[in-house]
Amino acid sequence: MLDLNIDDIGKTLLAEIADIHDTPAGAYNFRVNSQLAGRHTTDNIDIMTKEGLPGIDIFIKPHTKGESVHIPVVVSASGIKETVYNDFYIGDDCDVVIVAGCGIDNCGEHDAQHDGVHRFYVGKNAHIKYVEKHYGSGDGNGKRILNPQTEVYMEEDSSMEMEMEQIKGVDSTVRTTIAELKAGAKLVVKERLMTHGDQIAKSDYMVTLNGENATADVVSRSVARDTSSQTFNARITGNAPCNGHTECDSIIMDSGKILAIPSLEANDVDAMLFHEAAIGKIAGDQLIKLMTLGLTEAEAEEQIIKGFLR
Amino acid sequence: MGIEKPTSGQIFFDGQDVTALGVTERAKLGISFAFQQPVRFKGIRVIDLLRLASGKQLGISDACDYLSEVGLCARDYIDREINSSLSGGELKRIEIATLLARQTRLSVFDEPEAGIDLWSFQNLIRIFENMRREIKDSSIVIISHQERILQIADEIILLSDGTIKQTGTVDEVLPQLIGTTAAVDACERLK
Repeated sequence: MLDLNIDDIGKTLLAEIADIHDTPAGAYNFRVNSQLAGRHTTDNIDIMTKEGLPGIDIFIKPHTKGESVHIPVVVSASGIKETVYNDFYIGDDCDVVIVAGCGIDNCGEHDAQHDGVHRFYVGKNAHIKYVEKHYGSGDGNGKRILNPQTEVYMEEDSSMEMEMEQIKGVDSTVRTTIAELKAGAKLVVKERLMTHGDQIAKSDYMVTLNGENATADVVSRSVARDTSSQTFNARITGNAPCNGHTECDSIIMDSGKILAIPSLEANDVDAMLFHEAAIGKIAGDQLIKLMTLGLTEAEAEEQIIKGFLR
Repeated sequence: MGIEKPTSGQIFFDGQDVTALGVTERAKLGISFAFQQPVRFKGIRVIDLLRLASGKQLGISDACDYLSEVGLCARDYIDREINSSLSGGELKRIEIATLLARQTRLSVFDEPEAGIDLWSFQNLIRIFENMRREIKDSSIVIISHQERILQIADEIILLSDGTIKQTGTVDEVLPQLIGTTAAVDACERLK
């Protein structure tokens, strides 16, 4: 079991955002209610508390392969408002998995807000898988607010796969992701977002392809239910012979609202850029098909959304 | 199946009036329906659909059996998403596999032969024969224009302009059907 100074609510949140039930293998840094709750470093991965600013610096030595870093954040006290800066310095030729995420449980009357600023400096030929999950719970009137800001600076021939998921309970979110890619670098972003109640979510991407054969694929799937609203704004700029693709695919339900603004900017004649966006309600024939298998309409809806957000 | 509401008349299933029942309720009573145009999803995989169809946490090997039965190499398909990457013929076979997984008393197939590419009618017919044999006390209703499928029927009901024109065995109905304009193929008509 977790040998950390974390209560049961914190443990539930950790399970939701990082699938953590035990102390994770590899390096980790747990932040709970603005305090350090546990840290472990390895020979190849060092984690240091920043000076002068809240947050940590993570140093991954060149050629580190098959290791992981977990840096979950839990906010379970009402009224906390924090901005945390986490910088990742990833050496050349690394192959590592980084799991971040924030769970907020707010049973109180005051808003709880965590703004995480993550900066990634990805070395040449390094491969990173980055998983970020956000989750909110608690039945207080205080809002649960998460504003993640992610910046990615990719050296030649590096690759990064980002999975960003926010499925439940976050009242307000502004997600900003900036990426700059050098020659041969490859970025794949898979975003999954669901809003309900009167939540508001805004997701902005600014991806700049600066080097030859840089590629980016930014794909967002989202569901807006009840009276929630979402704005997806993805911009890919090509400054070299490169490939860029962005896709926003959304399901709208009840009185939800979605604004999708994919945009492309080509500054090189050999830049190949594509965008796609689709918004629509759940197709009637999909519901009927699942109902012919014995599911109720509500169960069919749930299965379709579960599949869509996979 | 309850997708369309009847304007008049009653529908009975095992003696129970199901006219007013919806799609889900009819499905739960034991009626299955294979779409003429199978539905595509995003993110739902073949294994997910077979599990939903069987109503249980179907094991991989059972799911593979259903896929093999419809001529799909199970290992290649089990984790595929039922999306636009699948051809019409592949979707059609998966659709039939979901009915095999359902194992219900009544299976309704809407033009099962439509879109079955490169896959012989013989296999389709074999599936219907196996279903009839293996699912106890079960019936299959096939909506079809295809003579070779009609030939395996115990009973043919001829629907024309929205009314039943004739019912009877294959020997009674089929000879009269062949030779009518409905059965004349396109080449004949062009002449």
